[in-house]
Amino acid sequence: MDETQLKIKAFLNRFFKGHDLQPAEDIFALGFVNSLLAMQLVAFVEKEFGVSVADDDLDLDNFRSIQAIADFVARKTGAAAEVSPA
Amino acid sequence: MKLELSAEQRTARAEFRAFTAAEIAPHAGRWDREEAIPPSLIDRLRETGYLGSNVSPEHGGRGRDMIVYGLLTEEIAKGCSSVRSLLTVHDMVAHAIQRWGSREQKERYLPRMARGEVLGALALSEPNAGSDAKSIETTAADGGDCWLLDGRKKWTTFGQIAGLFLVFAQAAGKPAAFLVERETPGLAVQPLKGITGTRASMLAEIELRGCRVPKESLVGRVGFAISHIAAAALEQGRYSVAWGSVGIAQACLDACRTYAAERRQFGVPLADHQLIRRLLTDMIVDVRAARLLCLRAGWLRDAGDPGAFMETMAAKYFASRVAVRAANDAVQIHGANGCSEDYPVGRYLRDAKVMEIIEGSTQIQQITLPLFEFQEF
Repeated sequence: MDETQLKIKAFLNRFFKGHDLQPAEDIFALGFVNSLLAMQLVAFVEKEFGVSVADDDLDLDNFRSIQAIADFVARKTGAAAEVSPA
Repeated sequence: MKLELSAEQRTARAEFRAFTAAEIAPHAGRWDREEAIPPSLIDRLRETGYLGSNVSPEHGGRGRDMIVYGLLTEEIAKGCSSVRSLLTVHDMVAHAIQRWGSREQKERYLPRMARGEVLGALALSEPNAGSDAKSIETTAADGGDCWLLDGRKKWTTFGQIAGLFLVFAQAAGKPAAFLVERETPGLAVQPLKGITGTRASMLAEIELRGCRVPKESLVGRVGFAISHIAAAALEQGRYSVAWGSVGIAQACLDACRTYAAERRQFGVPLADHQLIRRLLTDMIVDVRAARLLCLRAGWLRDAGDPGAFMETMAAKYFASRVAVRAANDAVQIHGANGCSEDYPVGRYLRDAKVMEIIEGSTQIQQITLPLFEFQEF
């Protein structure tokens, strides 16, 4: 796992104790996702990676796994870089 | 670590305090009896920028930091919890739009909400769905080029005068949130009277019958209304209610300090009786502890820290219970006078009880808070 994935895993481990969460593992299928995780996950992603989660990003597929979240962060940071002035 | 307000924050608090003392506190008892706050007071809240003060400057608001926002809430609540509840619900809706609204929704509503031109109200609770928000029965049917809302909302704070409702409904079994303007055909408002506390909060029942709203009135996406849109609004509401509870408790302390010094029984002021001092001691310490929890929650919210959710809930849980204890003891200290409308403490007690119920009841928080704690270990 790269650094982004490790940070995401460390955060999610709080919610999936005793389970070695794998990068592609579907966290919704594990059945522990509730509104506490939902809002904290958004705040974590925004604060940790400096991205903004917008209304269009409300898609379970963006948050389904460590890999999905890392990909989402990469897309958001890439998109931000593209629109930044040179 | 520095546990003190900045000069700017102290100045802001002094302004809020003076406003409340001059324009709210002297009239709060009458508004409570009349079960309404007057349009003139709402005009003053617009002029002062106290409504929607959490809206970012980008959208025409003041973007107050969470500490100043909390101080505003506490000071207003010291004067009148119903006025505080106007700020609470209006700012909850503004916060939800700011957090999850589309660019068009933000441009359409936030500047007007920041100016107080349109008042927001949260239409979540129903006759059969309170704490169990996922069980709401209001439906949203896909009408092709629109959504059709049907159902009944209850306990909608300031629903009597709100211009914009954040309505929650089930869209094909999934929760969805909509911004519904008051003038929308099919939306009817019925005032609710005779509420125990925050009686001037102008509660209403909202009936939605074939209420046709544009597709673009959907906030966020279908399926995320409870977990994200309501959660964001309620988190803002909990923060406001926590500070509002501190305001009630501080008002109780202020009232008791004056009364215990002036009222004489058995030849000495009440304050010289040790059992009265014991009640005052609990009140003094409780108010300070509750305020510190609120300050910590505000600091974390400003920092965008994920831990803000738990700290805000903890602050609301503690402060609302403190408000009830303080108000209960305040009535006790005032004796028969406390049971009369000649003194405000009876109103404080009725208002405080509401704080333990709204934005997550004490029992819901007793179920939820340990879950946060388990995360950390």
